[in-house]
Amino acid sequence: MNDIANIPNNNKAAKGGDSKDSISGEYTTLNLGPTHPATHGIFQNVLQMDGERIHSTEQTIGYIHRAFEKLAERRPYNQITPITDRLNYCSSPINNIGWQLTVEKLIQADIPKRVDYMRVIIMELARIADHIICNSVIGVDTGAMTGFLYIFQWREKIYELYEEACGTRLTTNVGRIGGFERDFSPTFHTKLKKFLKDFPQGLQEFSDLLERNRIFMDRVINCGPISAERALDYGFTGPNLRAAGVDYDVRVMNPYCSYNDFDFTIPLGTQGDTYDRFMVRQQEMWESLKIIKAAYENLPEGKYHADLPDFYLPPKDQVYNNMEALIYHFKIVMGEMKMPAGEVYHSVEGGNGELGYYLVSDGGRTPYRLHFRRPCFIYYQAYPEMIKGALLSDAILTMSSMNVIAGELDA
Amino acid sequence: MEVELIFKISLVIVMFAISLGIAAYATYGERKFAAWFQDRMGPSNAGPWGLLQPIADGGKMFFKEDFIPAASEKFLFILAPCIAMLTALMTSAVIPWTTNVVIMGQILSVQVADLDIGILYVLGFVSIGVYGIMIGGWSSNNKYSLMGAVRASSQMISYELAMGLSLLAIIIMTGSLGLREIVDGQTGSFLGFLPNWNVFKQPLGFLLFLICAFAETNRAPFDLPECETELVGGYHTEYSSMKLGFFLFAEYINMFISSAVIATVYFGGYHFPYLNRMISDPNMLAAAGFAVFFAKIFFFLFLYMWVRWTLPRFRYDQLMHLGWKTLIPVAVINLLLTGAVMILKDYL
Repeated sequence: MNDIANIPNNNKAAKGGDSKDSISGEYTTLNLGPTHPATHGIFQNVLQMDGERIHSTEQTIGYIHRAFEKLAERRPYNQITPITDRLNYCSSPINNIGWQLTVEKLIQADIPKRVDYMRVIIMELARIADHIICNSVIGVDTGAMTGFLYIFQWREKIYELYEEACGTRLTTNVGRIGGFERDFSPTFHTKLKKFLKDFPQGLQEFSDLLERNRIFMDRVINCGPISAERALDYGFTGPNLRAAGVDYDVRVMNPYCSYNDFDFTIPLGTQGDTYDRFMVRQQEMWESLKIIKAAYENLPEGKYHADLPDFYLPPKDQVYNNMEALIYHFKIVMGEMKMPAGEVYHSVEGGNGELGYYLVSDGGRTPYRLHFRRPCFIYYQAYPEMIKGALLSDAILTMSSMNVIAGELDA
Repeated sequence: MEVELIFKISLVIVMFAISLGIAAYATYGERKFAAWFQDRMGPSNAGPWGLLQPIADGGKMFFKEDFIPAASEKFLFILAPCIAMLTALMTSAVIPWTTNVVIMGQILSVQVADLDIGILYVLGFVSIGVYGIMIGGWSSNNKYSLMGAVRASSQMISYELAMGLSLLAIIIMTGSLGLREIVDGQTGSFLGFLPNWNVFKQPLGFLLFLICAFAETNRAPFDLPECETELVGGYHTEYSSMKLGFFLFAEYINMFISSAVIATVYFGGYHFPYLNRMISDPNMLAAAGFAVFFAKIFFFLFLYMWVRWTLPRFRYDQLMHLGWKTLIPVAVINLLLTGAVMILKDYL
């Protein structure tokens, strides 16, 4: 067998004193991924194992790199929204709306309050869906399959709400630049009311199953910890940073979409381990629920889109009967919009952390440059450090608790 | 003599068939119970209520491609599932299924072999069972399989100690290693209102034995050798077709046998309060005892499934800690207490 560890390594510095850790000084190479049931997505980790303990690890990324940033340079602004679906596909609506907010910032659009509140409802639903996936998968990776199936039916309800709001489930492509393509339907209202009424019970059931379960706590406490300093050094954001004890939340630090209208707390952890990440996400689901309730109860009257004839498609009856509207329709669909030159950065609190869009426009029909600040890409840089010296089981839990999504990692 | 021989041979065949049948339908039960716990339907298409599902699964197993990895140790690779299956089926030989029956004027015991070292026989064959897993994992020449095999062997060796120690307390009380004597020592009543089952005299020992039985059968929360989220399939990652089927079958047969052992040692086996007073005909009593025994077995099979779909699993080092630092000391204390009580009883 051709173990990498058997190849003589003359580099003294690389060897270090590590060989003392093992009896023979040799390590087994274990190829975890790219296709492995525990790597949720396509990640490759080449682990040097000392028995069950991980000595060192090397990560390979880019298995599903689709060159989104380059693609975006050839696409009109409206057509970039579907690309953002495929970043963190567990919470697509946040990506979509984040991108629309970025463009609106560039064109300095005036957005009605109702649109803001509708967006908040959709984004917080997406956050709940994202956290449901992450937390239930932590359960699955510890071997508790049943909790996963209990809580997953609520994600299904959220996907039904997406369907009502925009017609699709996973890759939502929700909303347009300037607002939504349609108002919330009556069915959406009934389903949302039912969801708000029933979901707390489901979430409580899931919490009761895992949060104080002795075996679960033994598994996740002190598993893959990261200190606040190291997390900040790497550029962590979102639940993973908050689990380490830093109260950074884009919704509060740099409010967008009228988030300052809502009253909610930022849950914090102390150790930055898997249990804290789990608990922070659990608490955030309760907070999101609170925000949705507040936004829905105070949903202002008004139009569901901004008055942006250059960017927002005119209604169909206008298009068929009115020449001006037809011209606008044609121009918008073909991407011939009047776009100001300039550069903007806008970030939203995604399901996983600060999701940023850096947009440079030269006034042409497509962006000159678009960069996505993808939190998963940043978390994955810290992964080797976090699992060094841990057991194989811990490494898998650390990965799932950071909620690294392959689509966002590789973009 | 001839009657006895024919009876024993037919008993072997019947118990073999029952073991396989229960193992097959335990997979069905597992899936149906899992579905019940998880608000799902479970298998429902093959036959009424999906009752033919195990047969369909077995048939499918035979028709699958039988793949042997090129880098594997071929002989051992084939031998491993055979060992697992063989040891699983052998264990049932010493289990007393019910009271004696009378056929053509002869009193016959419904037990394949009434060994006076019955418990040791069970422990011995369970220990050999680990060879199937170890050899299978090692000969696959796959690192995940090897890790599963290493986990399985260390886990089974550790938990056998606590299991043996908790059984020793029973042996001290009963004064016999034979399962028939242990069962028949559990008639009558205890403290006036409880059946005279060992579980009431040895509650701690029962708990220890139950935990160890879960670990010995590699069931959740001790299913580390095959935990799919870390080791893909553990020791049977490289297995396919009926060889895989043998491993899975062996696991369910082991569950069945360990349920039978728990029922025999701690729950009075085929005894049930007032059963022998209500039924006078020995053959009818045997039939009733058989039903009672299987009811107890099914309860423990259900318990196995219940636990599997409720609890998360341990980590490897936590499992070792639990085995060596908690269960074995507690088992030793239990043994000492039992011994002390037995000696004191003589003086009273």
